Amino acid sequence: MRADALTWALRRVGERTLSWIERVGFAARFSLAVLAHSPAALRRIQLTMREIYFAGVLSLVIIMVSGLFVGMVLALQGYEVLTRYGANESLGVLVALSLVRELGPVVAGLLFASRAGSAITAEIGLMKTTEQLSAMEMMAVDPLARVVAPRFFGGIISMPLLTALFSTLGVFGAYLVGVKLIGIDAGAFWGNMQSAVDFRRDIANGIIKSVVFGIAVSLIAVFEGYNARPTAEGVSTATTRTVVASSLSILALDFVLTVFMFRGIGV
Amino acid sequence: MNRSAIDLWVGIFVVIGLAAIAFLSLKVGNLTSVSSAPGYHLDAAFDNIGGLKLRAPVKAAGVVVGRVEKITLDPQSYQALVSMRVDQGYQFSKDTIASILTSGLLGEVYVGLDSGGDTQMLADNGRIAKTQSAMVLEKLIGQFMFDKAASGTTAPMANDAPKAPPKPAQTGTAIVGGAK
Repeated sequence: MRADALTWALRRVGERTLSWIERVGFAARFSLAVLAHSPAALRRIQLTMREIYFAGVLSLVIIMVSGLFVGMVLALQGYEVLTRYGANESLGVLVALSLVRELGPVVAGLLFASRAGSAITAEIGLMKTTEQLSAMEMMAVDPLARVVAPRFFGGIISMPLLTALFSTLGVFGAYLVGVKLIGIDAGAFWGNMQSAVDFRRDIANGIIKSVVFGIAVSLIAVFEGYNARPTAEGVSTATTRTVVASSLSILALDFVLTVFMFRGIGV
Repeated sequence: MNRSAIDLWVGIFVVIGLAAIAFLSLKVGNLTSVSSAPGYHLDAAFDNIGGLKLRAPVKAAGVVVGRVEKITLDPQSYQALVSMRVDQGYQFSKDTIASILTSGLLGEVYVGLDSGGDTQMLADNGRIAKTQSAMVLEKLIGQFMFDKAASGTTAPMANDAPKAPPKPAQTGTAIVGGAK
């Protein structure tokens, strides 16, 4: 009896491990295949342009409004704390550094994953369910080149631009609240900000982060869509997995990148 | 949605995205400092500038009249040369005193200008002759400790010293009593 239960448990562990390894291997081969098909996507730039429109242009409203409000709230809360130490002229530094280094890439990435990543997964998953991908293969059109690669590159190109817009609107929101509403000296706001924010250390690293998050979110989104079970339930599960997996990988990657960028290990 | 509309929107998106990156680099990160208002330069040499930073404000009577543009060390005199850009609308007399001040105990460091009575005004690239260095808190504390220690050792030596003060106090009370 007990030996049977033990064998059963061990078999379950083995089965899980093997399926996990298989999945990782499939994801790796899939990533390489997408990269191998990237020249096709870049040659037919019109397909990629369409995906930039769907992933980037249609995310503009949510990204810009969120950026504005995050900046305004940061300014209000930052002012509250900084006045206790008589350092309220450093409000610009606080807002700009937190937006450019961390909040811009991370929050824009999370919004992008839920706004555009989920849509990409649902679209590719539904194409698979309705056998459009198989139909393309029948017509000797490679779905990786025609469907997957343009969406992947559309996401990578959109993400840094959306992040920059998010940070810019955030700084502008902080300016509205800090200078126009609370009445901090505009010269001190911009001057302290400019003397504290470094181009290479802060802004370039923020852009690098946003590119990495763009690659992660786009890859997860197209992979989950391509790998979805061809049922209505499968597509919904895949969409959920895209949002959860890309959010978690953004947060994990952000930690790793921050350690390398701001702790003097790499840069 | 047809092709040209998509192209247009993507074009708009890319342009404003690049504009945002440019804004972050120039306005937030100060990749190149662009000064807009017309102004003139004034130089001043300080023995010690404390925590003065680039783009720190230059204030006269608490009003911001300019910004610090350049800080260098004079290799001959080992003094800090501070170059300031002052708004064109403000003129300062030749005997103006420039001092390094701090707003509050932990606030930002700035250059204070106190205009004198001279009728001649400082011209562009003029040199402020009279300067006052920053008060470095550590030095002040060190001096205070040193004085304290010095007075601590001398006080027990002079045994008459503690007796002396009560006398004026007594006279003080006497005067008060007399006034009654």
